[in-house]
Parts: sequence; C-alpha cells; structure tokens
Amino acid sequence: MNINLTIIGQAIAFFLFVVFCMKYVWPPITGALAERKKKIAEGLDAADRAERDLKLAQEKAANDMRASKEEAAAIIEQANKRANQIIEEAKQQARVEANRVKASAEAELEQEINRAKEALRAQVGALAIAGAEKILEASVDEKAHAQLVEKLAAEL
Amino acid sequence: MASGTVTSSEYISHHLTNLTFGNHPEKGWGFAHGAQEAAEMGFWAINVDSMIWSVGLGLLFVWFFRKVAKAVTSGVPGNAQNFVETIIEFIDENVKSIFHHKNPVIAPLALTIFVWIFLMNLMDLVPIDWIPYIAGQMGVSYFKIVPTTDVNVTGGMAFSVFALIVYYSIKQKGVGGFLKELSFQPLPKIFAPFNLFLEIVGLLAKPVSLALRLFGNMYAGEMIFILIALLPFWAQWVLSVPWAIFHILVITLQAFIFMVLTIVYLAMAHDDH
Repeated sequence: MNINLTIIGQAIAFFLFVVFCMKYVWPPITGALAERKKKIAEGLDAADRAERDLKLAQEKAANDMRASKEEAAAIIEQANKRANQIIEEAKQQARVEANRVKASAEAELEQEINRAKEALRAQVGALAIAGAEKILEASVDEKAHAQLVEKLAAEL
Repeated sequence: MASGTVTSSEYISHHLTNLTFGNHPEKGWGFAHGAQEAAEMGFWAINVDSMIWSVGLGLLFVWFFRKVAKAVTSGVPGNAQNFVETIIEFIDENVKSIFHHKNPVIAPLALTIFVWIFLMNLMDLVPIDWIPYIAGQMGVSYFKIVPTTDVNVTGGMAFSVFALIVYYSIKQKGVGGFLKELSFQPLPKIFAPFNLFLEIVGLLAKPVSLALRLFGNMYAGEMIFILIALLPFWAQWVLSVPWAIFHILVITLQAFIFMVLTIVYLAMAHDDH
C-alpha cells in the first residue's frame, strides 16, 4: 500500500461526482418527492372535503325528504278534511232541500185539502139547499137563507 | 485459481498489486512490474486500475441517477425511479436525523459517498480471477478491480471529507473560533498547547480512521477471497459462498458507515461547542 497520485485523482473524481450530484441529481429527485408529497396531501384533503360534502348532501337530502313527506301528509290531511267538509255540506244541503220540498209538498197538500173542503162545503151547501127546496117544494129565497146555509156548511 | 507455475505467495501478491503507471527512477515512464517497482516510483505514480474502476463506477452512478432525475415525475414512479427514490429517501432520512444545519452540500455528498463506495465495494463479489485473467490475456499484468482495496482511493475520499470538515469549521466559526475550539477544550485554557496537540491529533484521526476502516475491511475481505481461491476449484464454494453472502453485509455496512461518519463529522464542524 503505497500512497501515490491516485489519492489526488480519487479526490478530484470525488469532488466532481459530488458537484454533479448536487447540481443535477439531488434537486430534481427531491423536488419530485416534495411535489408528490404535496399532491398526496392535496388528494387526501380533497377526499376529506368530498366526504364532508357527501355527508352534508346526504343530510340535506334526508331533510328535504322529511320535509316533503310532511308537506304531502299535510296536503293529504287537508284534502281529507276538505272532502269531509264538502260531504257534510252536501248532506246538510240535501237535508235542507228535502225539508223544503217536504214542507212545500205538505203546504200544497194542505191547500189542496182546504180547496177540496171548500168545494165540498160549497157543494154540500148547494146540495143542502137543493135538498131543502125539494123538501119544501117551495123556492126558498136564496138570499134570505144564505146565512143559514153558510152556517150549515161551516159546521160540516 | 493458482496455476501450476505460480506459487501461492506469488498468486496472492499478484492479486494484491495495483497496475501502477509512473516514472521509475531507473526504467523511466511505464507500468510497474510488481509491487517493488511500484513502490520505487514514489508518490508521482498512479494506480491506473483503481482510477479506471472508481471513475467508471462513479460514472455509472451519476449516469444512472441523472437518467432517472431527468425523467423524474411526481406522479406514479417507474421501477428505476422507485429504486432511486428509495435510496434518496434513505439518505435524506439519515442526513436529517444527524445533520441539523442548512447545507445543500451534505445530502448529495452523502448520496455520492454511499452509492459510489457501495458500487466499488460490490466489485469484491465479482469472482476474483475473471477480470484479472481477461486483463492478463490482453497483456495487462496487474488489474485489481476493487478500488476500495486501494488505500489511495479510500484516502482520497477521506481526506476530501477532511478538507470539508476544516472548510466548514472555519466558515462556520472563523479561523479564531476554530482554533479556540481546538485549544480550549477538553482541559482548561492554561493547557491550551496540550489541548491543541490533542485536538489536532483527534482531527487528523478522523480521515485516517475513515480511510483505514474502509480500506482494512475491503482489503481483508479481498484477501480472504484470494485465500479461498487457493483451494481446489471444487471445494471453493464451501467457503466462498458463505463468505460472499456475509460480504454483502460488509460492503453495504462499510459504505453506510463511511457515509454516516462523514455526516457526523460535518455536523460537528457546523456545531458550536
């Protein structure tokens, strides 16, 4: 092992390789590593954010769903109520109408009865007079006996 | 594998000798023929095989990492990018846990140290005769393929780290601060000269221990592979396979230790005491 110029040659080569490495090898590779690290960090961030967004969206969707269900239920209830009301009103109206028809029919009937009674009374009066004329064989003064006949008819 | 005409000691020393190019005082410029001549060339010689393999592997490292860095994407990474990212994150984690100052040099430095030393150590797992044999056929007499078994290679890196330690110590604390740190501890101020001596020894011990730890581990590992290679070829696997498997741990661990200690030393250089 004799020391000779090789030691200097090796030192020069060493120096050159280190300088080369420092200028052209180390910075690009570590730069890429740092950049990848950043990218991964950003990716993880984005994933977190997306997860959070998804959760929010799901919550919102659930809320919307619940709200619309409630609304639908309210509408249905209202509709039912309205339908019942309409039916109730219709029933009421029908009842009123029926009563009215019944009342008018009764009134008409009453009138008819009265008219019939009236007619009957008149005919009975006339008949009674005629009968009485026949019985008396004499003409009765209609005017003198009208009061009597009417009294008779009212008694019928 | 020892051929009949080569003795064991020749085989071992052949495998432990670098291909050295330099100016021999008697034979002039040329490749050394043996360790003896290489030593005689003195300091102004160069281990060609170490340089080829270390620079080659370093280029492989920067080429591959640059290729990935160019096509890098922050989206879904491909296989190569995944692999590179794993290494980079491993290094980055280590640096961040040890080094708490802001310095853009440290992490790429640690990456270079770890991957480069790992690759150089990895050459230890290539069967030790293959490439030297091919080189021998091509007329190259010595060809060590594990650069980290050359103390010059580990020393070159360790002393570069040492230079960085001194540079950042001075940059961070100033020359005065650095000297103060060296001379006013661990003993009280009146022992400043003694402290200074102690601390300088300690400071110098850092690169020396860095260099020798890696060199020693790899040299010893290589040596054991060489010794195993002296066995008959049908018996070698009994020892070489377990040792190679164990060595996978060693080469990774040594690369890791060199890197971590570098980070620790540089963190200490940045810290104020």
